[in-house]
Amino acid sequence: MNDDGRPSPEALLRQASQEGRGRLKIFLGAAPGVGKTYEMLSEGAERRRAGVDIVIGVVETHGRVETEALTRGHEIVPRKAIPYEGRTLDEMDLDAILERAPTLVLVDELAHTNAPGSRHPKRYQDVEELLAAGIDVYSTINIQHIESLNDVVASFTRVRVRETVPDSIVEAAEIEVVDIPPDELIERLKAGKVYLPQEATRALSHFFSKSNLSALRELALRRAAQAVDAQMLEHVRALGVGGTWAGGERIVVAISELPGALGLVRATKRIADAMHAPWTAVYIETPRAQTFGEAEHRQLAAVFNLATQLGGDVATVPATSVVDGLKTFTAEARATQLVVGKSARSRWFELRHGSVVDRIVRETPGIAVHVLPMEAGTAAPTGRKRTGDWGSKAGYAWTTAMVAGVTGVASALFHILNLGNVALLYLLPVMAAASLFGLRTGLFAGIASSIAYNFFFLPPTGTLTINNPENVISILVLLGIAFVTSQLTSRVRAQADIAAASARTNAALAGFLRQLTSLNEPVALARAICEEVGRLFDVRTVILVAEDPGLAVQAANGADYRLETMEMAAAQWAYDTGAPAGRGSGTLAASEWFFQPLRSGERTLAVLGLAREAGGDPVRSDQLPLLMSLVDQASLVLERARLEVEMRDVDAVRERDRLRAALLSSVSHDLRTPLTSVMAAAAELHRGVTPELIATIESEAARLNRFVGNLLDMARVEAGALRLRLEPTDLTDAVAGAVHDTKRVLEGHAIELDVAPNLPLVRVDPQLLHHCLLNLLDNAGRYADPGTPIIVRAEHRFGMLRLSVIDQGPGLPPGRENEVFETFRRLEGSDRAIGGTGLGLAIVKAFAEAMGMSVEASNREDLTGAQFSLCFPVALLVRDTDGANL
Amino acid sequence: MSVQTVLIVDDELHIRRLLKNTLERAGYGVEEAVDAREALRIAASRPLTAVLLDLGLPDRDGLELVPLLKKLGDPIILVVSAREATDQKVAALDLGAEDYVTKPFDTEELLARLRVALRGRGEATSRPTVLRAHGVEIDFEHRLVRRGDEEAHLTRKEFDVLSALAAHPGRVVTHQRILEAAWPTDHDRRIEYLRIVVRNLRQKLEGTGGVGTVIANELGIGYRLLVAA
Repeated sequence: MNDDGRPSPEALLRQASQEGRGRLKIFLGAAPGVGKTYEMLSEGAERRRAGVDIVIGVVETHGRVETEALTRGHEIVPRKAIPYEGRTLDEMDLDAILERAPTLVLVDELAHTNAPGSRHPKRYQDVEELLAAGIDVYSTINIQHIESLNDVVASFTRVRVRETVPDSIVEAAEIEVVDIPPDELIERLKAGKVYLPQEATRALSHFFSKSNLSALRELALRRAAQAVDAQMLEHVRALGVGGTWAGGERIVVAISELPGALGLVRATKRIADAMHAPWTAVYIETPRAQTFGEAEHRQLAAVFNLATQLGGDVATVPATSVVDGLKTFTAEARATQLVVGKSARSRWFELRHGSVVDRIVRETPGIAVHVLPMEAGTAAPTGRKRTGDWGSKAGYAWTTAMVAGVTGVASALFHILNLGNVALLYLLPVMAAASLFGLRTGLFAGIASSIAYNFFFLPPTGTLTINNPENVISILVLLGIAFVTSQLTSRVRAQADIAAASARTNAALAGFLRQLTSLNEPVALARAICEEVGRLFDVRTVILVAEDPGLAVQAANGADYRLETMEMAAAQWAYDTGAPAGRGSGTLAASEWFFQPLRSGERTLAVLGLAREAGGDPVRSDQLPLLMSLVDQASLVLERARLEVEMRDVDAVRERDRLRAALLSSVSHDLRTPLTSVMAAAAELHRGVTPELIATIESEAARLNRFVGNLLDMARVEAGALRLRLEPTDLTDAVAGAVHDTKRVLEGHAIELDVAPNLPLVRVDPQLLHHCLLNLLDNAGRYADPGTPIIVRAEHRFGMLRLSVIDQGPGLPPGRENEVFETFRRLEGSDRAIGGTGLGLAIVKAFAEAMGMSVEASNREDLTGAQFSLCFPVALLVRDTDGANL
Repeated sequence: MSVQTVLIVDDELHIRRLLKNTLERAGYGVEEAVDAREALRIAASRPLTAVLLDLGLPDRDGLELVPLLKKLGDPIILVVSAREATDQKVAALDLGAEDYVTKPFDTEELLARLRVALRGRGEATSRPTVLRAHGVEIDFEHRLVRRGDEEAHLTRKEFDVLSALAAHPGRVVTHQRILEAAWPTDHDRRIEYLRIVVRNLRQKLEGTGGVGTVIANELGIGYRLLVAA
């Protein structure tokens, strides 16, 4: 959304990701026979004449002469023969086309299903890959093959096609409607110019009625208009001209395991498209879900998949009733529109439960409720688990035993009981069975108790005949109690189960987040995600990230994962397309692993792979929403980590840039100044040699030399190329060397050495220490007032060995003493015209810290002047020289 | 006395020109070579007094030249190399080079090193019994050391270390050589012992005011007994 007229980032990203991709043009027809292929070939021929490199990937001419004539002159990539169950199927050779890399390829029948064993199950996936490779594609499709229109078409033509193409593909394409009036099409059909498969002729014959064709034509034209509209909107959004979601609508569709739910989802997609609104498919998980078998789970997964494919979000909400769940969810999701299906339930059911729809309308005020008829499923779910309903064998055994026990007790006490008390006694096993083992076992207890009561106690005893009509009531009461008790208990138990399930999910999510929030480092994060997801779903997990070339495993929840070529291909697919791949998905389903991309906005950060140890689908349909939640959280956390790393990099770059700028200005000044002096002095030499000139050249050259040395040192420090060679070093030695090497700079200053005898040796790199001292002495020589002495003092106090260089001069600005050690820092007021880059003291600090020492700068207490100290901690002192015979 | 010939091996024209001027002014004959091959050809064709050898040669490692030159008439070898290359310097000294100077160098210092090395060669046969350096007098025969008029009492180790340095007055002696000379039997030759001994020597011979006047510290390489060149 955007209200301020700025381009929406998502829209810009989407446009950017389209660049470099091929463009898809779809020739859309209302029905077979309108001439889509012919039109496509004609336009192809035109493009070829215009010099476009064009090949035919696959074109079905169905023996039509005009069409076949048009294929001539086009280069045709031979199809690939794929053996399947003893036959050979010809399929488009995707790899050959990619290899050939034309500018434009013609691919007929976008909705085609590939032969089993092909790379993708669907041809539109092949086309996706071609587009991703930057190849333009022309393709054809009939209107009823578009996913969201599939059941609209089926509703009035009574012909349902199984091969559909996701709306997203069509939405991204340029659409050209190939249109002929229905009358003309019927003429062509009669003239035998329309190809229909032999076996389908009869079934399709009523398809081509004039009313059907008119309706299809209208759909096709409307669809094309909608595509133009959508592309316009996208364009407008990218430009930031305006255009928002219509009033911030949010649509929620309630789905179920019934086959009609697919139709609901498609309808919702259409509504959402019309409103340009985001939408979510939610499944309310009621206690009924526990009785689901494999078929229901699969159906539910299919509905979830369809919703994802059509661009919707998915969610599962555990609740005791559908109405409660929807109430909660619509409130949380701030839904404005709710789509529900009205199932063809019996009047009896509605009398018993009340209309769900009525309650929804009543209890979700402020939400527009769309009630759509749910088409009864042709393939009604089978294989529902009944065992849970019927109760366990042990339950029946216990019940029988209890009834027998009560009968025994009642017989023994019959002489003191009347009939009514006996009937009451039988309530015990009935209530126990109903509450412990459920409805059916309870009813069984009621029946068994009735029979026992009747047989043993009701006169005439020993028969199942009932004389007194009052006693019929006793039996009915027993059965009624069984029913009511079991209903009550099962409801309580169901609520507890749901609360537990919901608590588990929430705990899982919370635990997952807790595990991740404490981590920042991408690899540790990936490992934590693997461990957590693996633990929650009891699966093996890997996380793959992009590496040059391809993908590489970043983390796994065990060392023994194996990813074969097929798995890597699926992972790569998931990474490239941002859509799930592998087992249980529509792409490369032969892979052992299921791969879910972790995405942030338009970019895929990583791919999460899951596999079940024993084989089998890694994630059950009812776990999919939890996985999606985890994936969303994981993506967010990974993105956060990535951004943090990026921020650090940016900071580092900025700091480096600052240093580089400072270095440049410093270098140009500090190299040029002595060079200028040298050049000027050298020029003067032509007129005559004087000792002053020579001295100038010598000292300026020495300055240059020192500066270059410092630059090299700093470069080594910054490049991290500082290799320490620590050895026991005597400070007297070190001072002697440094004083010797700075003799020239320190001319005019007396050096007072105050190095205590018998100081311990220190374990340092003598070279680095030497450079520290050179720079400190150099600095002192530069800032000390002329003629004043420079003191070098080494003292051992409080366990700390301290080597100081003390000058007598202006000193340092109070309170900012230690800032002098920052790179390229020359403190105001201490700068003046004295040469130096501010590098020297930074080198002192860097070298000292590399050796484990610290540096200090302060002003003198006795006189004005600065004092710089190198502090050697105890750890650096060498103590084991005592006792050697020296 | 015949003219002493010095071979300059360096691939940089400016360095060769500078060295040539300096050496010729000091009275030496000069030969020049730009790479190892030329250097070896010259060394094989005429007697050389000394070679100023740059270690960074275009055709092969300058270190390899040291033993080859030693075989070809055993000239004095002064290594000329950059500041950081302490390992190379030690290696060159171990291979038999007499001394080194560090680029950028002071020409006076270079000449002094060369003179010291030449003198050392001449005196190799007859070692002087008394050595004088900056107010310090070392009497090897009587194992006596005097600073000014005062006798400095050296321990045995201190005297051994001083002797090792004095064996090549004015020339650098590597840590390893000194350790070998002063701790001949000790398997536990440790540089910290040497550091302590040198520090004690400095106290006895230099005093606090004159640190570095008698013994020069060559970073990462060794020590040098300073004598008037």
